[in-house]
Amino acid sequence: MKYSVLSLIHQAFRGHRDWKPVWRYPEPKEEYDIVLIGGGGHGLATAYYLAKEHGLKNIAVIEKGYLGGGSVGRNTTIVRSNYQEPGNIPFYEWSLKLWEGLEQDFNYNAMMSQRGVLNLYHSDSQRDEYARRGNAMMMHGVDCTLLDKKGVQDLVPFLDFENARFPIQGGLLQERGGTARHDAVAWGFARGADSRGVDILQNTEATQIRVENGRAVGVETSRGYIKAKKIGIVAAGNTTRIAQTAGLQLPIESYVLQAFVSEAIKPLIPSVVTFGAGHFYISQSDKGGLVFGASLDGYSSYAARGNLPSVEDTIEEAMAIMPSISRVKLLRHWGGIMDMSMDGSPIIDKTGVDGLYINCGWCYGGFKATPGSGWCFAHLIAKDETHPNAKALRLDRFKTGHVIDEAGTGAQPNLH
Amino acid sequence: MRIPCPFCGTRDSQEFTYLGQAGLKRPDPSAPNAQAAFHDYVHIRKNPAGPNSELWLHAYGCRSWIVVERNTLTHDILGADYASPVMKEAAQ
Repeated sequence: MKYSVLSLIHQAFRGHRDWKPVWRYPEPKEEYDIVLIGGGGHGLATAYYLAKEHGLKNIAVIEKGYLGGGSVGRNTTIVRSNYQEPGNIPFYEWSLKLWEGLEQDFNYNAMMSQRGVLNLYHSDSQRDEYARRGNAMMMHGVDCTLLDKKGVQDLVPFLDFENARFPIQGGLLQERGGTARHDAVAWGFARGADSRGVDILQNTEATQIRVENGRAVGVETSRGYIKAKKIGIVAAGNTTRIAQTAGLQLPIESYVLQAFVSEAIKPLIPSVVTFGAGHFYISQSDKGGLVFGASLDGYSSYAARGNLPSVEDTIEEAMAIMPSISRVKLLRHWGGIMDMSMDGSPIIDKTGVDGLYINCGWCYGGFKATPGSGWCFAHLIAKDETHPNAKALRLDRFKTGHVIDEAGTGAQPNLH
Repeated sequence: MRIPCPFCGTRDSQEFTYLGQAGLKRPDPSAPNAQAAFHDYVHIRKNPAGPNSELWLHAYGCRSWIVVERNTLTHDILGADYASPVMKEAAQ
């Protein structure tokens, strides 16, 4: 069923009784041309673009939980392309361009809202650094505006501009950035992939990748063995666990990142605002809840829950820029597992094992990359060659020295 | 999470900072395979789901480097000891 105003009116008059499930629950087949391990945003986007852009059939997505239960449903929904490093900018800008046409493309309301992303600066040197980043962005055709204090005050007057420790001097604004409804992105891609014949196998855990004579030939799963001509690993925080069954050793460590949502309040925050003196980002959902997060819990973890020191740290940062929300109650918080790469940038590449491809290292920036990652990974799997916009996101860059260290912190994944 | 520092006793994890996997051996820079060995040393990590041996610094305490055995699936601390013997062993 194609969604439109007409279909909505039609259903409204029928009491919304005839909406159909938008994806199937198929039994696994014995063999697929392409098996993707991981049914998160990136895996579903990859399946969608493989089917739609490359016309491929006979694809399966293996998901150990349920759709939208992993990091795609555990993030702070921010979409942006305000990067600085040469390898990153073209990729993230391409991803943002895909976001802009995504809802029309997959005929699903992802509630994409280009409300702007504002990075605050708090010192002269930070202003210079933001100006440099803005210039790098503009040289690649990405929009941005460097605002002074007055410019920020016009946009978000409720911040603590005269904070004694971290006074707000201005900000770098990317107007095309914003937020999207994270679950709907997973559902939209799942529906688009399923309707093109992709089998989405939920509650199916991949336990081992079978390699014979240097070639990946299939995946052992909790629902039996599935043969595959090509296999893509898109397993986010669990990348290391599944990749090592194929003999891969990766520059990845898994960490937990917490996100928070408050009770709903009246419209307050018009854009995404980030705190420049620490690491904190906040926006307001359409339902009214304040959605925010900060840094990783600092130690490697596979537990999808965090600890209290990070909660306290996050709240302290919130108070440093927005004391006005001090009495807003926290509704819930949750943790997701991040595949932190050693330079803080992602990997979309072949693996050295024939027929096995990898898409990982998204750190805590994976949500914004969902369509771009799917697009480039689908290109890599279908054509066996790297997409031009992902040509810097190589697995061997750690060997050759071409790391993309956006934060400049070196091979220390908990600092990115 | 509370960590049993061998010098200070059990203390809140906020007093500690985390470095990462313990027991990495710095390769010999003059060895013929030094480039590959340094790649692994700097970038490749075991990243286990389960018991993990890791280096922590008791930054707001005795300032000792310690090796903590910790389960990454449950955050259970399985033990902690001074890092120097482990590091010396790794260096040999």
